[in-house]
Amino acid sequence: MTRYPRLVAGSGLVALLALAGCSGGSSTTSSSSSAGSSTSSSTSASTSQGGAQGELTVLAAASLRDVFVTIGKDFEAAHPGTKITFSFGPSSGLATQIVNGSPADVFASASAATMKTAADAGAVDASRLFARNSMTIVVPKDNPAKVDDLSDLADSTVKVAICAAEVPCGVAAHKVFDTAKLSVKPISEEADVSAVLTKVSLGEVDAGIVYVTDASSAKDKVQAVEIPAADNATTDYPIAVVKDSAHHDLAQQFTDFVLAPEAAKVLADAGFAGAGG
Amino acid sequence: MTIPATSPARPGTIRGDEAALGRGPWQLRLPAAIAAAFLVLPLLALLVRVPWSTLPHLLTEPIVGEALRLSLICASAAAGLSMLFGIPLAWVLAHASGPLVNLLRALVTVPLVLPPVVGGVALLAAFGRRGVLGRPLDDLFGITLPFTPIAVVLAETFVALPFLVLTVEGAFRTLDSGYAEAAATLGASRWFTFRTVVLPLLAPAVLAGSVLAWARALGEFGATITFAGNSPGRTQTMPLAVYLAMERDPDAAIALSLILLLVCVLVLLLLRGRWLTGAAR
Amino acid sequence: MRRQQQPSSGSAPGPALRAHVEITRPGERTFRLAVDLAAEPGSVVAILGPNGAGKTTLLRAIAGLSRLDAGRIQLGDSVIEDPAAGVRLPAAARSIGVVFQDYRLFPTMTVRDNVAFAARSRGASKNSSRESADQWLSRFEMTAFADRRPSQLSGGQAQRIALLRALAREPALLLLDEPLAALDASIRGVTRDELRSYVASFAGPTLLVTHDPLDALLLADRVVVIENGRVTQEADPATIASQPATAYIAGLSGLNHYRGRADRAHGSVVLDGGGRLVPASLPTDPGEVLVALAPSAITVHTERPPAGSARNTWPGTVRSVQQLGDRVRLDVIAEPSALVDVTAAAVAQLHLAPGSSVWLSAKATEVTAYSAS
Repeated sequence: MTRYPRLVAGSGLVALLALAGCSGGSSTTSSSSSAGSSTSSSTSASTSQGGAQGELTVLAAASLRDVFVTIGKDFEAAHPGTKITFSFGPSSGLATQIVNGSPADVFASASAATMKTAADAGAVDASRLFARNSMTIVVPKDNPAKVDDLSDLADSTVKVAICAAEVPCGVAAHKVFDTAKLSVKPISEEADVSAVLTKVSLGEVDAGIVYVTDASSAKDKVQAVEIPAADNATTDYPIAVVKDSAHHDLAQQFTDFVLAPEAAKVLADAGFAGAGG
Repeated sequence: MTIPATSPARPGTIRGDEAALGRGPWQLRLPAAIAAAFLVLPLLALLVRVPWSTLPHLLTEPIVGEALRLSLICASAAAGLSMLFGIPLAWVLAHASGPLVNLLRALVTVPLVLPPVVGGVALLAAFGRRGVLGRPLDDLFGITLPFTPIAVVLAETFVALPFLVLTVEGAFRTLDSGYAEAAATLGASRWFTFRTVVLPLLAPAVLAGSVLAWARALGEFGATITFAGNSPGRTQTMPLAVYLAMERDPDAAIALSLILLLVCVLVLLLLRGRWLTGAAR
Repeated sequence: MRRQQQPSSGSAPGPALRAHVEITRPGERTFRLAVDLAAEPGSVVAILGPNGAGKTTLLRAIAGLSRLDAGRIQLGDSVIEDPAAGVRLPAAARSIGVVFQDYRLFPTMTVRDNVAFAARSRGASKNSSRESADQWLSRFEMTAFADRRPSQLSGGQAQRIALLRALAREPALLLLDEPLAALDASIRGVTRDELRSYVASFAGPTLLVTHDPLDALLLADRVVVIENGRVTQEADPATIASQPATAYIAGLSGLNHYRGRADRAHGSVVLDGGGRLVPASLPTDPGEVLVALAPSAITVHTERPPAGSARNTWPGTVRSVQQLGDRVRLDVIAEPSALVDVTAAAVAQLHLAPGSSVWLSAKATEVTAYSAS
């Protein structure tokens, strides 16, 4: 009999472990970013040791992955001898890394607010807007709820998934509904855009609100339904050089390159709007 | 050998054993200390970072209460379901043999190694609106499981069930079959024997297994957010709230984790207390 | 319950047990059990044999815990197992009470609930089955233990509760598997006396499996000796003790045991192992003769004893000297060799030691000769 309590005590410890496991689990989504940042830090380390000029570490919002890989290659081609290592992740997570001193040279955020967090902490130089994203409705290929325009989402029989209010794409979705004076009760507020896209492409929900760029990269799995410009919400993408960058000049060259016309074309091809428009 | 003398003597002997263990060889004590420190240190570090001033304010936020309530209810339901179906499954695994049973045993452990998010996708494929079972459920009865609290319970049960099954299966295997034989010679049916003789003998293992299952369910994140989505008050459990809070306000996330941790420890301590008094009776 | 108050002879006789049990256990050395067994209501039949003889296998087969390969078990008029006819009643349906060697009291239940278990499993309510359990406990003067757990009982108490639990099932047949083996030698005697009184009050047949000859001699009406899966002797306890059929059985009662042939001309038995002994009388049956001689009935001399004092005198050499309680046992190599019990005083007086040459003598009246069949 006396061994029961011991058993429970033992299980208690395991339970704590499982709890810890929950936080471990919660970071699975962002693990790509942490893995990325560990590569980037090792790159920086080799930079400072070997003094190999022209190695840059760029932290960028996940939605920039495709375009930045292209732009990065173009930059490397235009600046022989340079090498760019990217780390993509949620903007807020990247900002936290920079504020905490993670070695980086450039920070490109999907939200002005996140950039402000980094700026307020004195971790980055002055930022510049280089792109703008807007929102769109996506529906499953067969569009089961026959969603044609924004107002259809207010129908209580239509199952809608959006991003949670804690992440920028959720803020934007709410802004769209507010502007259109629509009362939409989403069935789920997902942790990130890709989760919304998954739910739509699996047909578990009838519609979702995502960035235009996400809809265009997933166009073989979902169908986009445009949101009228008057109701649409936009997100600004600022870019800044990290204050503690070991290659300040090169980092500045990269941000200039992102703002240059060639890069702007790559961005536009992916569905981004120019910073000016 | 009189009884009054032996019973009170027992706790004393056990304490003596534990003292002896404490004086064990350093080859054991050193790694034990490292293991304990490894587990405890991050928790202590978390405590240091808790924003104590905002904690009372956070605690009173209705959304936190809702998430906590949902977490406790769903984790308890998942532990209950795990017991209801896991104990019979453990019995089958412990008593049947053959290649099919070996395959089944391997499959039971799959949720342990499967990334929970993949588990969630698998659940969607089975019970989702267009899933293998979900579609007929929707077509025939108009029942859709995803994005409901039931989906939370199912997702948590999916990841928690193996903990209970494996724990109880081990207990079934080491159980002395002599008691069941004795019950048979006393005229008891197999079901009556199972309920009144076997199950009470397994109680420690069932308890340990369901505590494990409950704790795993309480911390479940990946399968839940994938299969049940995130809807505050409906499917948003504490781990989901923690994850989303981390996006906006890491301090709040730490505070929420602390609350979850404290509630978990409190429940386990209460359970332990109850069990202690139950055993002493 | 009725059985407790009335002597077994007074109550309606229970069913008799008739069993032919054949079980084959394949393995490195195939074990085969083939035993015929009969037990009358109210009688106690001891199944005696060395370890590995198949006693417990036999008991488990009758209880329904092991399958027969062939044979037939009949309790009264009903056949409870007959593989050839496809009949097999499960253990729970056999109305057979079993006391296991390790008792197998349910550790999670109180003593009362253990005793109430049979009634509960027949569907009686919790209260009524506990009431009847309390009656059984009070009849056996065990009421004080009702609320204890089995772990809080001494070995003797646990044995009594196990018996009580089996009797509370009101079985037609009672099986006891080494009921005293788990007990300290110091309390075995007392517990055996109690067991005898309880078992005597049971109206049905009782089978008692034991390897301890004392259990068989003191508790049983009949003794069935099993060696290596076969019955080697079946008789009342007195005959088992005085006329053992095998060396194993003779060893149980400490007798010197010989095989031989009658030499009717000389009124003696010529022993297979050498030498001859004159018994009180020769068995009338032709064929092999068994001879039993108690170690205490043999006298030791250092010189040839005078003729006429004892019919049997023969020389030998002491191989070993061993203290056995208040006696000293000598192992003497001779024709025939014999174990001889003498007093410690005699050993000192005669200067007996390994290697000593001695003469043995035994009166004809102490030598029992009987037919081997």
